[in-house]
Amino acid sequence: MAQQNDIKYIAPVAVDIKKKKYCRFKKSGIKYIDYKDAEFLKKFVNEQGKILPRRLTGTSLKYQKKVAQAVKRARHLALLPFVTDNLKSN
Amino acid sequence: MANHYETVFIMTPVLSEDQMKETVQKFENILTGKGAEIVHQENWGLRKLEYPIQKKSSGFYHLFEYKADGNMVGELELQFRRDERIMRFLTVTMDKYAIAFAEKRRSNHKEKVTKEEKPVVEKEIVNEEPQTEEKA
Repeated sequence: MAQQNDIKYIAPVAVDIKKKKYCRFKKSGIKYIDYKDAEFLKKFVNEQGKILPRRLTGTSLKYQKKVAQAVKRARHLALLPFVTDNLKSN
Repeated sequence: MANHYETVFIMTPVLSEDQMKETVQKFENILTGKGAEIVHQENWGLRKLEYPIQKKSSGFYHLFEYKADGNMVGELELQFRRDERIMRFLTVTMDKYAIAFAEKRRSNHKEKVTKEEKPVVEKEIVNEEPQTEEKA
């Protein structure tokens, strides 16, 4: 009986149909990511100011590298914080 | 071999407006004096910093976009380091996409500026009219 219960949990529970992620830079044809535009870069960091992983944003590798570079440049110029709490609410 | 560079630097908020302009002028002279061609410059004015630098929470931002030889960047940055009015600087080599982006950004800015200027010009004309009447 216990085994049967276990199997219940192992079997995939009904999951919502996943939306296919896409790279917004490829889709909209953006070639250059500006480090001076802090408001735009805030889309790619969490509320602590950490860069969000590709697996969450769906950005392609090529542009994820550029996003990371831009965020780091913005941090150097104090346009973005290195660490904070509640970045989004500010 | 001229490359395209972009430099943003932050000056201390302790400076007055005139001192800030003087500092900008100094670095503009350094650039032009060594044969760089300034394509564009932008003053962002006093801006709040996201984290304190040298215990200051704000600073004057200024941007230079210029064409220069690679060895001149080093010379410019040396001058930045020697000048205590400069809190932070960043120089970036611009690739073709960056140049295209900068041009687009500039044209957008110009449109905004012309839109903002129009009402100002009208105001000036209004101000001038009573003056001429007084003289007459």
